[in-house]
Amino acid sequence: MSDDNLPVKKMSIIVSRGSLDGIYPALIMANGARMEGIEASLFFTFFGLNALAKNTMDHLKVATVGNPALNMAMPMLGMPMTLPFPTVMGALPGVSAFATHLMNKEMEKLDIPPVREFLELISDSGGKIYACKLAMDMFKLKKEDLWERLDGVLTVGDFYQESAGAGTHILFT
Amino acid sequence: MKKTIAGTEVDVNEEGYLTDMSQWNGQIAAAIAVEEGIGTLTDAHMKVVNHLRDQQAKGAALTIRSMGKSGVVTTKELYDLFPGGPLKKSSKIAGIPKPVGCI
Repeated sequence: MSDDNLPVKKMSIIVSRGSLDGIYPALIMANGARMEGIEASLFFTFFGLNALAKNTMDHLKVATVGNPALNMAMPMLGMPMTLPFPTVMGALPGVSAFATHLMNKEMEKLDIPPVREFLELISDSGGKIYACKLAMDMFKLKKEDLWERLDGVLTVGDFYQESAGAGTHILFT
Repeated sequence: MKKTIAGTEVDVNEEGYLTDMSQWNGQIAAAIAVEEGIGTLTDAHMKVVNHLRDQQAKGAALTIRSMGKSGVVTTKELYDLFPGGPLKKSSKIAGIPKPVGCI
């Protein structure tokens, strides 16, 4: 095999957003990598730590403010996808909670687990879950505030070391 | 296309998955397991394989999550039994189609 078609050996995925829709793509990509026999590491930084904090990880919300693509969720209400969702409506009380409820229901139908269970699944599969030290300092989070099965708290330097090796791909989400 | 596995001619797709699960037998499973680098199939492997065949016969969608919750095997055990592709390799050995989902 020549160098230019070296298979993907490892995915190092940086998760910087903390909304439900910000977190899930990274979890799905990491789990999917493990299912293909590819190593996977998730590095949660900035608002991504919302998915690792014990107090918030079970209550992530869909971003309804500043999300002009919410029309995509209209079919979940039996309405056409082309129907615009006025972005100002996203700020009304309960709208984010309702959108989150709808999204969770659809994901459950597709056998996509809730965040905590998804992290357990990835961890059980041999994937690694890391938190960013700087972001923890910034948000005043201690290790004991985070999910128990965390594999470690890393600096940026640690992260690059962790991602070393030919065939590793780093993905920022 | 046709392929002879363990002395039996079976129908397979281009990735080597059996296209007719009724053509499957234990020797075929053993031969595919060797080809996939899994080695000798143990009782633990066969429990998974038989469960997959039951689920497929029922028309259930197979996901890594549903396997972990099946009571047949834990997620960790499944990855240990079929390294390099838990659901893909076990499905191939079980003579059922490659799972199509992302989960």
